[in-house]
Amino acid sequence: MRRALVMASVFGVLLAACAPEETGPVAGPDESPAPDQCATENLPVLTPGQLTIGTDNPAFPPWFEGGTPEGSPWEINDPSTGEGFESAVAYAVAERMGFGPDQVVWVEVPFAQSFKPGPKDFDFDINQISYVPRRDQAVDFSDSYYDVNQALVAVAGTPIADATTLAELQGYTLGAPVGTTSFDYIESNIQPTEDPAVYDTLNDSVRALENGQVDGIVVDLPTAFFITAVQIEDGVIVGQFPTVGAQEYFGMVFTEGNPLVECVNRALDELKADGTLAAIQQEWLADKADAPVLQ
Amino acid sequence: MPDAGDRRSRILGGGVEGRRGVAIAVVSTVVFFTAVILVVVSSPGWPEVKRSFFNFEVFRDSFPEILRRFLINVQAFLIAEVFILVFALFLAVLRSLPGPVFFPIRALAVGYTDLFRGIPTILVIYILGFGAPALQLQGVPDSPFFWGVVALVLVYSAYVAEVYRAGIESVHPSQVASARSLGLSRWKALRFVVLPQAVRRVIPPLLNDFIGLQKDSALLALIGVLEAFRRSQVDTAGAFNFTPYVATALLFVVITIPLARLTDWLVGRERTKRQAEGAA
Repeated sequence: MRRALVMASVFGVLLAACAPEETGPVAGPDESPAPDQCATENLPVLTPGQLTIGTDNPAFPPWFEGGTPEGSPWEINDPSTGEGFESAVAYAVAERMGFGPDQVVWVEVPFAQSFKPGPKDFDFDINQISYVPRRDQAVDFSDSYYDVNQALVAVAGTPIADATTLAELQGYTLGAPVGTTSFDYIESNIQPTEDPAVYDTLNDSVRALENGQVDGIVVDLPTAFFITAVQIEDGVIVGQFPTVGAQEYFGMVFTEGNPLVECVNRALDELKADGTLAAIQQEWLADKADAPVLQ
Repeated sequence: MPDAGDRRSRILGGGVEGRRGVAIAVVSTVVFFTAVILVVVSSPGWPEVKRSFFNFEVFRDSFPEILRRFLINVQAFLIAEVFILVFALFLAVLRSLPGPVFFPIRALAVGYTDLFRGIPTILVIYILGFGAPALQLQGVPDSPFFWGVVALVLVYSAYVAEVYRAGIESVHPSQVASARSLGLSRWKALRFVVLPQAVRRVIPPLLNDFIGLQKDSALLALIGVLEAFRRSQVDTAGAFNFTPYVATALLFVVITIPLARLTDWLVGRERTKRQAEGAA
């Protein structure tokens, strides 16, 4: 019997022996006061000499445009075209930080992977992710690159399409993709009497609306323009929602404590100051900013 | 003949005498789990994992709503189970019909089980949940809960029908022969002789499938049902913290463990009874 006992402890020790290998901390900058930690050669990037940027696949308009070249693993749009709002912003930020277009590498990062614990597979992720204070405890957010409002999409001719106030939406079944601030908006601000429906993806939400399983879906305003223009034949934007509390904004997502966020913020400040960001927004989102505000 | 006590001691390690066996089991358990816990807690990523998965504050905030949504899971699997037990028995009986006349019906039953055991449950749920309402048929409900439960019934009936069939085939043919010679019709022999024995024998595997069904009720989330898993996903995305998943896992475990022990107990009882029958 003693042998069996020894076996049990040996097994335990063996387990200890195969403990996960030390993964070194994310390549950090030299702690000694460097002349400029945001100089290109000092940037704490994953792979020296390149900027690794994540987003989800498929890459939807108007955030990404330009389609997919032959053999591209991306669906709908390939982020490396530089077209579409988020792609353009990413390349502009990269340029300010000293990376040419050929030094930018895109990786596919599903939404849930963008906040997995521990080190991430990207320098930053740009994927219409809204800043939320509680999220900020798990990852780091850049400053705003886009201030966003939520909007309601419905099918033309249905009763909900005539709504002009939030109160009128109470009795309808509303839907949204999972994990979005759109869903939070339904729960916190519309507070419908019917249970809202939550879907895995934007496409599933659109499908449910087409099927009549939900009366309307809540998405951010530029996405609402894309859905009504492309995805649903009789789709209409019922209206955009008023901001409640602090202005919602999209930020790039970083591994918690990554000093790179400072340098990206610096780049964003420059882009805001010299009007580049406004110009990019004008180019890709100009016709996607106006819809009646639901009271 | 082995008694029940012997079986109990087998869990503790073969033919070791009671008290000594218990002592060794306790020491070995403590050593083993201490080693495992030490490995986990001392791993480099532990503080991060603890913050992301075992965060008390997040747990406290998300648990009440997850629990409330869990009732939807309970509703789904209870309703589904009732229909599964009935429908699967029907399928199994169809498949057991004798004679060449019933070949098409048998073939249909075989085809059904092959099809629905073959398709991943998640696909059946997706296809029915989004496909059926898209038909826009008058009078056909478009509620995702309804179609989710239908999908679970279709899939699990295929498994459970096979379990029933195994039970039916385990009843010795001589029993049917005896029943028929006593003047019972084929149907009555099935109803009063075969099925009662068959069903009793397959209760443990039936409970096993029921546990599987309980867990798969979380798949209803995919087509829009806001149940416990979906609720925890919403909370996880809201706080970028995985603790709500752990809370949901806990709920599922809490309801499946008693069922698992009940299954063990039934298996044990059945074995004892059979051994007693064999000895008699």
